[in-house]
Amino acid sequence: MGRDQTNHGGPGFSRREFLKGSGAAVVAGAAATAAVDGPLEAQQPATKIISAGPHTITLHVNGEDQQVTVEPRVLLIDVLRNDLNLTGCKDVCDRSTCGACTVLIDGKPVYACTRFAIEVVGQKIVTAESLHSPEKTDDVVTAFCKHDAIQCGFCTPGFVSAVRGFCDQNPGATEDACRRALGGNICRCGTYDGVLKAAYDTAQIVQ
Amino acid sequence: MVERKIGWEPQGSHTLVGGEIQRVEGKVKASGQAKYTNDINTPGTLFAKLLTSPHAHAKLVLLNIEKANAVKGVKSVLAMAKVGDEIRYEGWPIVAIAAERPEFAEDGLRAIEIKFEPLPHFVDGSDLKGAIEADMTVDGQPLKLTKSMGKSGRGDVEVALREAKHVHRGTYGIQMITHMSMEPHGSHAAWDGENLNVALSTENVSGTSGQYVQPVGVEAMNVNVRCDFMGSGFGSKSTVDEWDVACAKLAKATGKPVRLMLSRTTEMQIGGNRPSAFATVTVACDAEGNVTVWDSHHWGSNGLQGLTVGLGVTPYVFQPKNRQSAATGIATNCSPERPWRAPHHPQACAYTQTALDDLAAKAGIDSLQFFKKNLDLTPLPHIYGPELEIAAKLMDWKGKWHPRGAGAGNGPVKRGVGVALHTWNGAANQSNVMLKVHSDGSVEVVTGSQDVGTGTRTCIAQVAADTFGVSMSAVKVSLGSNQFPKAGSSEGSATIGGVTGPVRRTAQQALWKILDLVAAKYTVDGATLIARHGRIWSGFKEVCTWKQAASLIGPMGMELYGGPVTEDEGLTNHQVGGVQMAEVAVDTETGVIRIVKLVAVQDAGMIVNRLLARSQVYSGLIMGIAYSLSEERIMDNKTGRFINANLNDYKLPRIGDIGDLVVEFYEPESEYKRGVIGLSEPPVISTGAAISNAVANAIGVRVPVLPLTPKRVLDALKGAKG
Repeated sequence: MGRDQTNHGGPGFSRREFLKGSGAAVVAGAAATAAVDGPLEAQQPATKIISAGPHTITLHVNGEDQQVTVEPRVLLIDVLRNDLNLTGCKDVCDRSTCGACTVLIDGKPVYACTRFAIEVVGQKIVTAESLHSPEKTDDVVTAFCKHDAIQCGFCTPGFVSAVRGFCDQNPGATEDACRRALGGNICRCGTYDGVLKAAYDTAQIVQ
Repeated sequence: MVERKIGWEPQGSHTLVGGEIQRVEGKVKASGQAKYTNDINTPGTLFAKLLTSPHAHAKLVLLNIEKANAVKGVKSVLAMAKVGDEIRYEGWPIVAIAAERPEFAEDGLRAIEIKFEPLPHFVDGSDLKGAIEADMTVDGQPLKLTKSMGKSGRGDVEVALREAKHVHRGTYGIQMITHMSMEPHGSHAAWDGENLNVALSTENVSGTSGQYVQPVGVEAMNVNVRCDFMGSGFGSKSTVDEWDVACAKLAKATGKPVRLMLSRTTEMQIGGNRPSAFATVTVACDAEGNVTVWDSHHWGSNGLQGLTVGLGVTPYVFQPKNRQSAATGIATNCSPERPWRAPHHPQACAYTQTALDDLAAKAGIDSLQFFKKNLDLTPLPHIYGPELEIAAKLMDWKGKWHPRGAGAGNGPVKRGVGVALHTWNGAANQSNVMLKVHSDGSVEVVTGSQDVGTGTRTCIAQVAADTFGVSMSAVKVSLGSNQFPKAGSSEGSATIGGVTGPVRRTAQQALWKILDLVAAKYTVDGATLIARHGRIWSGFKEVCTWKQAASLIGPMGMELYGGPVTEDEGLTNHQVGGVQMAEVAVDTETGVIRIVKLVAVQDAGMIVNRLLARSQVYSGLIMGIAYSLSEERIMDNKTGRFINANLNDYKLPRIGDIGDLVVEFYEPESEYKRGVIGLSEPPVISTGAAISNAVANAIGVRVPVLPLTPKRVLDALKGAKG
């Protein structure tokens, strides 16, 4: 069956359907990631069983607490986009490969489509929207404009978030290091040359 | 005296036009605050998703949507096909569901009962013999898959072949690809009484409202189309598609706003299709390397329509005196063609200029010398000649070229260089603008055009600000609505010329009216006045500020309308030329190709914005790297499916794959004076041929089919060894 919203987990099984059908086994904090993605032994100690129905959770996004009510199967990307209207987090590939939904979670660039919303309760989530306001424009945004690392702009916020996170963690990074580190984002228009220059510039400012 | 003549200032005299100006919407785009169609979440918006066909050819024998209607959160289910329908390609839309949340729409899709009776399919556009022999039907009637697209030619190929010194015969090809727009096709539709308000991801804001009339049952005057930001289309987004119609119908049925964007897989399957082309070519030259013969037959597929690359671009740019070409189109069970950036040119360039490069090698002539020697066979030798000189210096062609496969070093990695050239019409589209000068000196420009990423807003603001001598921030540009003055579709690199021309003319006319008011008020000779740096000057003497000048208009402001440009105004023109050179490193053990350096030298008449123009050329080069090295719509003839219709397996270059990109504009006064000519399409055209030629130079054999995947490289090397 060809479904528009395809399930890619193999015949008759997907992570989303599994969690929906069985109730999600979730442990707090970082271990929740392991419960989903990690090796088998990490999945053993399920400390809390929650129902598949809607839950009210509080997410810390761009410096503010936000309450949302969602089922455990709902991904962070969908909560950001559909519940909080933070649509700079773009849904492009539907399989965690293009980086257009990159946000910062506790300072690290993460694809928002690889986290369930309920997993990131208690973590600090930063989206591209917070990097520009009438009062202040982040250096990454400024550098993207200077080097015209923007065309249609659809992949750009994800790239901006990735660059922000990378530069914070790698002050003074070389151009080669930027090139190696930013391979997680796809741009179709072909802005890579500008992105590379913008990333390098930003990394030098952080230094 | 300042001559009052519609047109651009002499080269070097503009203050903003031609400069490196950052895009006006840069910050809102970079920070994700720009709202694309895909992002519109007006209160109560429902999310719609599609059920599509997994089969390339099948009859729909069962469709029951009742259970989907009962699923929690599902608000409306719309059948887009009916039992008995013949599905003719994978991804064919069958049902659309609108629900309160995306996950509920998915639940609804799972509840649909559906059955197909698969029918024989054919999806391999490279297989001419298979297409001729295929036993296919449509609606039970026999269907012939191949059809002649005619022949063209002149001179006497047979005689010229007998007289030629060097003759080369080869087979070449370039595979089908898909547009892969980052923002998928789709829309957000909301009804307000009789009015249908649509946010549509489109390159054709002014031309789409009428397409809703018949299928939705609405009057054109009641359709409002908006597109503030567009997440790329490359030619694929100029129509209202069946899923957009479904979106409007679901909105009507539910009384709520509905957003329906294609999923990534469906987007790749049906959102765009660039035809494949495969060619057998015979080329010949005399002892000095003058090309005398072109003889080709090419075939390929653009999906259902059964066409391939046109004869009009075959052979590409070089037109030997004796030439003949024939083409055969193949109908395949793939979604229909949509124009892909410089339609048909990259393919024709690839099979033409790789064949010519092989002939150069056979004649033992340096490829660059060979191309230069034959420039009189092209329409633009006066452009290509100087461009090739510039490119050769930037590439250090002399230092890097070597006879095929004879580069230095004994290791497995071989380096080589290649060259190719291209042309594009790029004439301005038909666009109207409204320009308003307010009495406080601020300026508004309004047009029904769109900014698809090329910088339409910025270029308009630049031209208006430059003409009035004010800063960019004094100009507000509004576009992206069909309520604004009608403007042409953004296809064929027609937009920047299409909008800057009318803006310049209208701004000049407005300025002259204001200068006349200044002349009367300050009793100076109006013919001496110019507007610069926020002031009005008579020679070197300041007469008044721009704000004082604008205040003379009166409180109603001044509103002027400007119609489309014509080339005799000197604001725009058509036909540009560009050349590209590639340097590659090929690992002969793994077949992996690395781009070391690409050089692009491009003519585009008068450059409006150097920063954004350079971005267009980078963009062309990078999309060129994609279809040259890795990007391919892999159609599996056994299952009929596009087996890599996802971004894991549809290989696009990433930031580390692009090498050193060098962009140079060829803008001598002779070309500057022609005015603005489209730039977006040309730089994507010759990248494929240049890279393929560089690979042949590196490894000594031709890898005949693009993309040059490691397997194809290794196969070519193995074939050469026998």
